Amino acid sequence: MNRLLSSEFVYNYRRNIPAVLGSVLVLVFAFLAIIGPFLVWQDPYDVSQLELMDSFKPPVWLEGGDPRYLLGTDGQGRDVLASIIYGARISAFIGLAAMICSCVIGTTLGLMSGYYGGTLDAVIMRIADIQLSFPSMLIALFLMSAFGNGIGMILIALTAVGWVVYARTVRGSTLGEIQKEYIQAARVAGLSDAQIIRRHVLPNVLTPLIVVSTIQVGSFILIEASLSFLGVGVPITEPSLGLLVKEGFDVLFSGIWWTSAFPGLFIMFLVFGINLFGDFLRDELNPRLR
Amino acid sequence: MIKRLLQMMLVLFVVSVIVFLMMSFTGDPVFMVIPIDSTAAEIEQARRLLGLDQSLFSQYWIFLSNLLQGDFGRSYVFRQPAMDLILERLPATMEMVVVAMGIATVIAIPLGVYAGANPNRAASRSIMAASLFGISLPGFWVGMMLIFFFSVRFQFLPSSGRGETIEVLGLRLSIFTADGWSHMILPAVTLALATLAIILRITRAGMMEVMRQDYIKFARAKGASRRHILFAHGLKNALIPVVTIFGLQLGDLIAFATITETIFAWPGTGKLLIDSIYRGDRPVIVVYLMLTAFIFVVINFLVDIVYTLIDPRITVK
Amino acid sequence: MAEPLLDIRGLQTHFHTFGGLVKAVDGVSFDVKAGEIVGLVGESGGGKSVIGFSIVGLIDPPGKIVGGEIRFDGRDIAKLDERAMRRVRGREIAMVFQDPMTSLNPVYTVGRQMDEVLRLHTDLDKAARRARCIRMLEDVGISEADKRLDAYPHQFSGGMRQRVVIAIALLAGSRLIIADEPTTALDVTVQSQILKLMRRQVEDTGAAMILVTHDLAVVSEMADRVVVLYCGRVIERGLTDEIIANPAHPYTRGLLDSIPRIADRQHRLRQIPGTVPDIRSIGLGCSFRARCSRAQSLCAERSPDLAHVRGSLDAACHFPLEEAAR
Repeated sequence: MNRLLSSEFVYNYRRNIPAVLGSVLVLVFAFLAIIGPFLVWQDPYDVSQLELMDSFKPPVWLEGGDPRYLLGTDGQGRDVLASIIYGARISAFIGLAAMICSCVIGTTLGLMSGYYGGTLDAVIMRIADIQLSFPSMLIALFLMSAFGNGIGMILIALTAVGWVVYARTVRGSTLGEIQKEYIQAARVAGLSDAQIIRRHVLPNVLTPLIVVSTIQVGSFILIEASLSFLGVGVPITEPSLGLLVKEGFDVLFSGIWWTSAFPGLFIMFLVFGINLFGDFLRDELNPRLR
Repeated sequence: MIKRLLQMMLVLFVVSVIVFLMMSFTGDPVFMVIPIDSTAAEIEQARRLLGLDQSLFSQYWIFLSNLLQGDFGRSYVFRQPAMDLILERLPATMEMVVVAMGIATVIAIPLGVYAGANPNRAASRSIMAASLFGISLPGFWVGMMLIFFFSVRFQFLPSSGRGETIEVLGLRLSIFTADGWSHMILPAVTLALATLAIILRITRAGMMEVMRQDYIKFARAKGASRRHILFAHGLKNALIPVVTIFGLQLGDLIAFATITETIFAWPGTGKLLIDSIYRGDRPVIVVYLMLTAFIFVVINFLVDIVYTLIDPRITVK
Repeated sequence: MAEPLLDIRGLQTHFHTFGGLVKAVDGVSFDVKAGEIVGLVGESGGGKSVIGFSIVGLIDPPGKIVGGEIRFDGRDIAKLDERAMRRVRGREIAMVFQDPMTSLNPVYTVGRQMDEVLRLHTDLDKAARRARCIRMLEDVGISEADKRLDAYPHQFSGGMRQRVVIAIALLAGSRLIIADEPTTALDVTVQSQILKLMRRQVEDTGAAMILVTHDLAVVSEMADRVVVLYCGRVIERGLTDEIIANPAHPYTRGLLDSIPRIADRQHRLRQIPGTVPDIRSIGLGCSFRARCSRAQSLCAERSPDLAHVRGSLDAACHFPLEEAAR
């Protein structure tokens, strides 16, 4: 972690405009997701606050726009901006939570696989190989179709998809680390496996973990959005950004574009921000990771 | 080679077990096939007919032996062999995937070569920023926006369905008619974007690595032209990671075709899968998954073969 | 005396890096006559390889030739555009690189990489090109050349690969070969074979050669004349025999003293104290002064110019060594 905070890192970061742009984007979205609900005057899921009279109002800069609804309204008179902010919370929560779950499981399996080797390693890596030869989107889609909708189900599906990347990365770093002499010395000194892993191996695999995690959050958000768009993701009661886009799809043909365009735009900038930052982290911390 | 084939069989076997198990957990399909006012006895009979009254293991055994005998079950909804349903729609999906892959490759490789060979130029930086944008795009949303602009607003291209088809070598294809292309272009572009960005980035990374090598400088010292150096000496070496990603991306395209087909009402296997998931049409889902698994295994095998063609140092294990 | 084949005058090749301007080659002049072998000697970082790449116009940004002339066969090739330069590279001037493991493209057969040169620079048809490649491979001592032509580089050993690289360099009948540390990456036993081979090939074809190396022992075996470089400048040049016997510059002396000699067990192996300074931080005065036992106050004030000392020797030193200094 000290390397992270070293001055060279900070120096390179400040010179790297895309990285700064990316983190600004991410911070803005994080800010919106956390305190956004206090910023908008309407709770889009409180029916008493909705007025059907106000349905399908265009964005404020178009003819017929209403200053109360900056980005327009949907068929139930919901403020699109408010829906986006509520939806972004769900999307961001799923992205982060899935990242943490898959990180914990993947890292554990990767550490065990790299540290103990043998049959365990062979089995885990074989499973990883097989899984990696299938697109994660398809696996997630299949799992969701079996589980049914729900945020918990999505987390399970995304974790099932995401652990592989962690396991592989961590196993690689672990293998590199345990060959070093100080690990042998620690063994001779009588440290237990758990101690060696915790004190010596884990700190050394942290850097690639940070890089992978950043990129994974973006990819999870996209997969979740796609699943929800297909109707096999979040339930209607907890609409994420992807579900908002789906709901907008039906009215797109009547020329009402704002209910789907803005949530999608929001997903794009959110993921773009994460990727910009992740790209920078990767170049900076671990040039060999691709 | 034999080992390789056994490995492929093993993968397919594992997939069949997983697919079977997952499907067994997803509710009771008996309710999909019987009329709503059936009596308990009728339900029981339907259950026996479907083999649902037997143990999980023997159900799997029946499932597997049916698969091996080429009996892939009948769709609950269409009352037709599930395999026929899928095969009927496969050309539509395949032609879209192939066109999308074509678009992605034709654009991505030259741009990737350029960006990798001149990493410091402003144009290269713009290409890279755009490609990062490309992988951040939600594909379904892009498709919708394309529909809005080209179909709703300007009424320039059709928004849904597949164009006129003609039969070529026994397959009904739409890429040989103008109408077919007008229907094809939006979904194919939508599908291609993410793949384009990824292939571009891998090509660039590979080129950057290769252009540092001594043999590039040696080729220059021979007096070869820059074009020849980039494409003959550089690209062929940089292609090895590209081929890996090419195989994976082909899989991704098939997976994401489900979304694109749903948006553009494209009558392919992906749309059939999503419809079947909605309707709980288990046999169709199972056959789709087994077939895609088979296709992926074949793609991976082909990728390994292509490796050996590109890089003489690698031999098929 | 006839005009030299290659005449470099005041060559300056600079690199603009983040840390500042690096004058990798800073006013270097020397010439190479037809059929002659000239050794370019110096420690790593002395700008030897940069000179080689400058001659064939393969200096990439942030580097740039900022001054001087490179007259080859009467015309200044430093001024040629890329298109015209491509007809010089490989045809008139060929290069041999340091590491044979990396200078051949791993995905093409040796034959194809040889054929490339002939395709670029001759009008021969396919069969004639192949015949010539086979003869060339035989000339550099590769048996069963016909079969080996269809093999890939990874099927060759290091020494064999360097033979192939040399064959490629000689293939188009170039009049000047620039060999950049051609034996450094090879086993000692293979080294002398390759050197002998190169010498014989140069003699047979009448080509001239610039041998870039850090190894004075190699130079003494091979070169007719020597150019010693330090920090991007020529500090001494002259006939090989004279320089080896009685160098005029303390740096050359130091280089000679650091060569181990088996015959002379008593001889103390000496090394030059210190390291090559950062080229950017030399400032005024002689670049070698910090490591030189003879340095005086003048050496810090004014940088010495290359001047005639005796016989064939020119040296850039305010206080050159006397003849028979030992």
